[in-house]
Amino acid sequence: MNAILAVASKEFQDGLRNRWFVSITAVFAILSLGLSYYGAAASGGEGGGSLSSTIASLSSLAVFLIPLIALLLSYDSFVGEQEAGTLLLLLTYPLSKGQLLLGKFVGQGAIITLATALGFGSAAVMIGFQSGFEGVFAAFGLFIVTATLLGLAFISVAYVISIAVNEKSKAAGIALLVWFFFVLVFDLAVLAALVGVDDGLTQQGLVNVMMFNPADVFRLINLAALDSGDVNGVIAVAINSSQSITVLMTIMVAWILVPLTVARVVFANKKL
Amino acid sequence: MTASIVSMTNVSKHFQQLKALNNISLQLAEGEVLGLFGHNGAGKTTMMKIILGIEKTSSGDITIFGRDPQSKQAWQDRRHIGYLPENVSFYDHLTGVEVLSYFAKLKSVPRRQVAELLELVGLTHAMQRQVKTYSKGMRQRLGLAQAFLGEPKLLLLDEPTVGLDPTATQEFYHSVDRLKQRGASIILCSHVLPGVEQHIGRAMILSGGRAIAIGSLAQLREQASLPVIIQTQGISAQLNSDPLLASFIKDNGSLHVQEHEKISTLKQIMSYDGITDVSVEAASLEQLYQYYLSNATAIKELSNATAFKGVA
Repeated sequence: MNAILAVASKEFQDGLRNRWFVSITAVFAILSLGLSYYGAAASGGEGGGSLSSTIASLSSLAVFLIPLIALLLSYDSFVGEQEAGTLLLLLTYPLSKGQLLLGKFVGQGAIITLATALGFGSAAVMIGFQSGFEGVFAAFGLFIVTATLLGLAFISVAYVISIAVNEKSKAAGIALLVWFFFVLVFDLAVLAALVGVDDGLTQQGLVNVMMFNPADVFRLINLAALDSGDVNGVIAVAINSSQSITVLMTIMVAWILVPLTVARVVFANKKL
Repeated sequence: MTASIVSMTNVSKHFQQLKALNNISLQLAEGEVLGLFGHNGAGKTTMMKIILGIEKTSSGDITIFGRDPQSKQAWQDRRHIGYLPENVSFYDHLTGVEVLSYFAKLKSVPRRQVAELLELVGLTHAMQRQVKTYSKGMRQRLGLAQAFLGEPKLLLLDEPTVGLDPTATQEFYHSVDRLKQRGASIILCSHVLPGVEQHIGRAMILSGGRAIAIGSLAQLREQASLPVIIQTQGISAQLNSDPLLASFIKDNGSLHVQEHEKISTLKQIMSYDGITDVSVEAASLEQLYQYYLSNATAIKELSNATAFKGVA
């Protein structure tokens, strides 16, 4: 237990030290404030947009940004230490591979969690002062929780990559490909299957396929809670036949636990 | 017989086709210092990893502190093992004291040892600086401080003196001797370390995953029957006319004698009044190393496939 805490606090301090924490928090805060003030401008409106349109725009942006940030934060977590030689050294300490993995996850997860809560939370508070607190915390609360889960899911995915490869540059490349796949290619492919292939995908089938992409699950949860007027694309189709929020949240959590378990297994079989 | 700290019996390790270690047997007692020599790829690092419990053996038995290093019970023993890997570069953005505190926490070592060890390796003045500003030697000293954490009962040091200046090397050997006196067993792993002879009790020479020689330096010299070289000054004319000594004279005027003939030869030399200086040089570790390596290569060439039994 002490060992896990020691690793976690080191990872957390690393995140503070190399300005990851400050940058992520600032990006999130600026993003959400900017969108809430100027979001309506795109549709010709003036002043603050509606809360649901703010959340909708935020979700669309967060779904690109958060996975990228999480992957960049964690892709070299293991392979970096392997190249430096400290991974081998750490494993000669009274520290199991599982403890190391968990410690890193807790530390880096805390960075993402706090940055999300502070960044989006501060924006929520400011929007609240501007246009009343009613509904703001409920909408932002759900958004912050799911954004955190999304970040944690991609940290776990990054660990699988970081443990599976032996070179940092390779890990970086694969991390970018994974990001590209989940935020762009996946949706395009689903859309193509939906439109291009007759009877290729039923609506229910579509939703089921989207469970294989944590980014889509994130969007489903957030957008399903909003007025559907602000939502379009594949998501709009999916929302109509969406699962309950509990099921979707469970799937989000599974997207954290399954890659972590995979990372643990790959780690156990890794040769140093 | 006191229980061995490290006990290996016919340990082999295979990576697919590659035989990284082949039938290694070793007993390391408490307070014993073993030099583990061999060139790159000889199996030194694999052997260390097996002792540390990072690699499993393919066959053979190994116990560390009387326990299988892979077992759950061996877990707490790791606090009594110190390891300095080859080419380790610590967290660059942390300061020296932060790096050492992290490792101390992982080993559940009291914090005060951090300052003591930094003092011991002479890094106190730089402990608040980031490791990326450290020179090669300073990094190596930080690594040593890390290995010394928790007063280990078993120390494995991979190329410990690389990058150290002569003073730091001397201080390093002092630390080794002190730990040895406290009963720590130490394995020093290297190509060949100049000046290591006085500090090791036994040497093991690895080549191609086999132990081609193991024993104390005296035993190894005996087996290798490398000559002791005696240089004299002021009596070269007398030497050539002395029937006993003349036969030992080599081209450069020095005498090459076997270990057992050393004393009688020296007595003979001392009987000449003209002698002004004499130096006696036993085969160095490096010469022994070369001898056993070339020996092993020769035998390998003779019988490529048949197993070669280690000298000891």
